[in-house]
Amino acid sequence: MKRVIPLLLLVLAGLGLAQKTTLTVAVFPNLDDALKVLIPAFNKKFPNVEVKLVVQQYGDHHNALTTALATGQGLPDVAAIEVGFIGRFAEGQGFEDLNKAPYNAGQYKRLFTPYTVAQATASDGRFIGMPVDIGPGTFFYRIDVLQKAQVDPKNMTTWPGYIAAGRKIKATTGSFLIADAADVAWINILATAPTNNSPYFDEKGNVVVDSPRFVRAFELAKNIRTAGLDAKIGAWTNEWYDAFKKGTVATQFSGAWLQGHLQNWMAPETKGLWRVQQLPEGMYASWGGSFLGIPSTSKNKAMAWELLKFLTTSKESQIAAFKTIGAFPALLAAQEDPAFEEQVEFLGGQKARVLWRDAARRVKPLKANKYDRIAFEIVSTALSQVLNEGKDIPAALAEAKQLIQRRMR
Amino acid sequence: MRKNGSSASPHTVTLAMRWSNFQRRYAPYIFISPFFILFLIFGLYPTLFSLYMSFQSWTPTDGWGRWKFVGLENYTFTLTDPMFWRAMWNTVWLGIFSGLPQHLIAIPLAFVIHMVLGRFKTLATAVYFLPYITSSVAIALIFNTLFATNNGVINLVIAQLNTWPVLGWFLPDENINWFLNSTIKYGIAMVVVWQFTGWNTLLYLSAIQAIPKDLYEAAAVDGANRYQQFRYITLPMLRPMMFFAVSLTIIGNMQLFEQPFVLLNGGTSAATQGGQTAAMYMYRTAFEWLEMGTAASIAWVLFIFIGILTYLNNLIFGRTARGEV
Repeated sequence: MKRVIPLLLLVLAGLGLAQKTTLTVAVFPNLDDALKVLIPAFNKKFPNVEVKLVVQQYGDHHNALTTALATGQGLPDVAAIEVGFIGRFAEGQGFEDLNKAPYNAGQYKRLFTPYTVAQATASDGRFIGMPVDIGPGTFFYRIDVLQKAQVDPKNMTTWPGYIAAGRKIKATTGSFLIADAADVAWINILATAPTNNSPYFDEKGNVVVDSPRFVRAFELAKNIRTAGLDAKIGAWTNEWYDAFKKGTVATQFSGAWLQGHLQNWMAPETKGLWRVQQLPEGMYASWGGSFLGIPSTSKNKAMAWELLKFLTTSKESQIAAFKTIGAFPALLAAQEDPAFEEQVEFLGGQKARVLWRDAARRVKPLKANKYDRIAFEIVSTALSQVLNEGKDIPAALAEAKQLIQRRMR
Repeated sequence: MRKNGSSASPHTVTLAMRWSNFQRRYAPYIFISPFFILFLIFGLYPTLFSLYMSFQSWTPTDGWGRWKFVGLENYTFTLTDPMFWRAMWNTVWLGIFSGLPQHLIAIPLAFVIHMVLGRFKTLATAVYFLPYITSSVAIALIFNTLFATNNGVINLVIAQLNTWPVLGWFLPDENINWFLNSTIKYGIAMVVVWQFTGWNTLLYLSAIQAIPKDLYEAAAVDGANRYQQFRYITLPMLRPMMFFAVSLTIIGNMQLFEQPFVLLNGGTSAATQGGQTAAMYMYRTAFEWLEMGTAASIAWVLFIFIGILTYLNNLIFGRTARGEV
């Protein structure tokens, strides 16, 4: 009998192993790096769960998710969704509405950076993704270039001041003010949208791309282009990285995460030459951000929800992810960690994260509209016509408005 | 009527005989079935489904089956869509400016390789053919770097040529921005010509090699020089191959996708409208704007357009190619 008991225990343990739940989690880089660190901690709480990661590149991941949603086949239990896709997935019916029981996510919403909740909410009020990380928008500048041109960054806190500084920089150092003038138009369009609206539509769904907000945004970009202050370089190209390395471009607007890219691979040798400040004229915008949702086909929804809560509402998890991949936590409590008060060496010892935390809390919540993507495409085309082909601004915007209206059917 | 032969009684039919009978009757079908099964799943079914889908409105993220019949609405939308027509215009422009040069270069090139290179023929053909078997995505990525405005190799070469006499009059003094609505098409055409000229050279070379030698010998006896041999023997004899190669180019160019897609950064480039082809616009309609029905209607409009072009090509080239004139 003495020999039988351990054997019996072993068999039971084996049965237990066999009954292990497998959670499939589909993510894109570098969220997988954060998860690899966090899964062991999750398994301490839930030892009978095996988390299986499916990692694909950003574009492939979302394409695969779209196809899987279309056919209802091969969906994971938990899916990461980038902010560029969350609106589209929210309007579809493929993800669980986390507002409803048994999730009742409503109680957690106040824990997150406010604008993120709106991003993951469909126009009919369904809430489909818990925010994981965010990308507060910030204003990067090269202190060495500004000093050479004797430009005070404080004078760049209005758009006219920014452009005037650009002229001085170009004249004295030869460096361009910005890589692409279109960036300035986009910040203005996105940051001036009224709270709880889409940037392109009013609350009744009317197209507003010919309103003064858009006209001014286009005019600012055009002024920069005609003054020859932008390098006409597209983002994520070799020329872009090269401009950062050589300082031929003095400023860049981007998400706070750009600092990590600059430091790690784009221009590590420029350490100490960069500084950040808030965007001009009290504008706040966000660049990027990720969410986690539960596809309705999942067979392990209860466990998937536990994982979601563990990753997004636990301060420890969010701080661990921040320390592993530098992803700015969406959870407000995690932003209070002492690490946020540390000086960032790459930015010459600036306490930049405090600044970014402040920016994140001021970004206005916007409402997703199912035609946002197509409106973005059409407005981009109009902007490119204005900047590159000399098209008249009111004419370009009127045409864009008409094109968007035809698409809404 | 009994098929097993009349002499054998049912009791004497052994298992082996049945098996052999079964094999004789059905084996050919079983052997040929993999093609048909795969064709039905991956060829016929998607084609018919896209035809069906072109009359529906469906946002794929809503899930399977949640589509709505809309009649001809997708077709009327597509046929009156300025973005679609701009993409069609890009496609036709690229079809001509990336198609014609391929053949204008490939035919003389094949002739020269055949006449002059002798034992290096195979090596030369392999070198010209290499771009064809290289991944389009890798090619477009490299060209992205070559086309860079300020330090791209193509602009550096143009700047160098600009210092030469005469040639300098025709070249711009400033660096060309290749990623504008007005310039991107030239860039895409360059990539396509570079990639597919080798393939056409191979086609024409094989046709040239099939031309009987005695024709050239007879012409040489009559005093024809190399150019006259090319003009009066090679070119006429190449007609059937021209018909074939041009058909392939038309079909391929009308469906051009990868090269513009990568050069335009998947549609995020400022020059997207100036360079996107109908196939790329269709892809983006389906996967970016999630309008599957509209995308399906674009596919069918494009199909009909390719059909008409192929028919015209047949009308112009086909009869002479078959030697009916």
